[in-house]
Amino acid sequence: MTGSSASVTSASAVEIAALIDTGEVSAVDVTQAHLDRIDSEDGALHTFLQVDTDGALAAAQAVDDRRAAGKKLGPLAGVPLALKDVVVTKGLETTSGSRILAGWIPPYDATITTRIKAAGIVILGKTNMDEFAMGSSTENSGFGPSHNPWDLDRIPGGSSGGSSAAVAGCLAPLGIGTDTGGSIRQPAAVTGLVGHKPTYGGVSRYGLIAFSSSLDQAGPLGRTVLDTALLHEAIGGHDPADSTSIPVPMPPVVAAARAGAGGDLSGLRIGVVRELGGQGFTDGYEPGVLSSVTEAIDVLAGLGAEIVEVSCPHFGYALAAYYLIAPSEASSNLARFDAMRYGLRVGDDGVRGLDEVMALTRQAGFGAEVKRRIMIGTYALSSGYYEAYYGQAQKVRTLISRDFAAAFQSADVLVSPSTPTVAFPLGARTDDPLAMYAADLCTLPASLAGTPAISVPSGLSDGLPVGLQIMAPALADDRCYRVAAAVESALDSRRGHPLLQEVPVR
Amino acid sequence: MTAISRDDVAHLAHLARLAVTEQELDLFAGQLDVILASVAHVADVAADDIPPTTHAVPLTNITRPDELGPSLHPDDVLAAAPAAEGGRFRVPRILDEPA
Repeated sequence: MTGSSASVTSASAVEIAALIDTGEVSAVDVTQAHLDRIDSEDGALHTFLQVDTDGALAAAQAVDDRRAAGKKLGPLAGVPLALKDVVVTKGLETTSGSRILAGWIPPYDATITTRIKAAGIVILGKTNMDEFAMGSSTENSGFGPSHNPWDLDRIPGGSSGGSSAAVAGCLAPLGIGTDTGGSIRQPAAVTGLVGHKPTYGGVSRYGLIAFSSSLDQAGPLGRTVLDTALLHEAIGGHDPADSTSIPVPMPPVVAAARAGAGGDLSGLRIGVVRELGGQGFTDGYEPGVLSSVTEAIDVLAGLGAEIVEVSCPHFGYALAAYYLIAPSEASSNLARFDAMRYGLRVGDDGVRGLDEVMALTRQAGFGAEVKRRIMIGTYALSSGYYEAYYGQAQKVRTLISRDFAAAFQSADVLVSPSTPTVAFPLGARTDDPLAMYAADLCTLPASLAGTPAISVPSGLSDGLPVGLQIMAPALADDRCYRVAAAVESALDSRRGHPLLQEVPVR
Repeated sequence: MTAISRDDVAHLAHLARLAVTEQELDLFAGQLDVILASVAHVADVAADDIPPTTHAVPLTNITRPDELGPSLHPDDVLAAAPAAEGGRFRVPRILDEPA
């Protein structure tokens, strides 16, 4: 690999866009450099399920043509992107990590796909994920796990682990993830990236394969806070095709990322959530994670922020509420995989009836975790149990939202670890569903309340990345970016380089 | 509160249109029992007077103008079907009589 293509694959999206805009490199060269890197590295990382070589080069060529014609380019024009396979792409196989959809070619684009293309961003391909986004490690993918570039024997997080490993491994500078219980923030945390879960309804879900409709939210992953904000701006905003999309102007996330990098946080009140790894609530948290996050909070104090402790007593019920709500909604959403209109069909021998073909297809096409969640959801929604389980869990959400509202009386943002541990070894939790679920402990409250939250690297513990989570009130996504940019800028200058330069596999 | 038997798993799997093997009945019975026992404590929070939450920014009665727009071409949709015939989805028999 030549020096210039190595530097273009480790450059930030902002740097790449500037190189293309000034004509120092072509968008085609940038895309080719990333395709080459996928070729050489993805055998080990297994981040892409589909690489769209022709489509990517054509999209890059279109950017070069627009520039040659003297047209103004957008801020991310020509920058390559890794798109999570839960997002439908017209003409490009989309599986959501499930065997039941293997070979499915969607007849339409998701709104975020359309927006990515309109911004001149180049889709390199579709990334691996836990099946239907159910998992925290990519080990529930129907197509084998992805690997963490920091240590190939460890998980890259999940469910957006293909995107996180691709961006951390420099196969793409930008990634799209979706977050239902933490599936953007946790993979970002364990691979040393920035990942933001927007306010529920802040980014269109039209064309996302639904898992849990009251929780699912798409969002950006990047190697810097500013890159992540720019991608958020490209995909966000109201979409009439999604009835849950919020019809208000998007928060000023890019301006906030730029302002935050200036480093002055005086007047800002930062609440440390006691129940998420704070005083007396350290059970299940690795000491190295807690000390890294504490150091980052000290850095924020050094930038002028006022640090206060807040208590959110109902956060302790988040895991239980989530693992009732998400499976309940999944059991309903996944009923669409009926072997009739798209996807796999098994056992259609002319003798068997529709119900039997459906059941055999779902047995063959779904993995074990998906089956578990469908059955948990079916149980929780069945008559006699509905009130005690799903109904009660929806009320717990209200109590969690009220905890947030009370905490935001005394703090402008809340902070915690993004996940209780660093990346765990592949295979370590596959036989214990409850241990796997614990990876989402810190991210679930913001998912249930629908509030925005970002994960930004706070440092390393035993050579593996740790994430600081910053949570804000609904529609105040800009606060997440402002604080994240401040901590990123301060830690980078203290360290002398971005954390990701320490990835051993390059 | 919970004790999920093999019969319960078989019933749930039937409701969810999911064929299961004998081994899966045992595996899932144990796992579902553990998971349900661990989430049952949502009931410990007194919440009789608490309304449920679904959206961070409450939205009601979302409509769009009743105007014609583009839709998918039937050929594009049927191209992804497991089986199609005569411009329609071909499905297995839906009544009980043998074919």
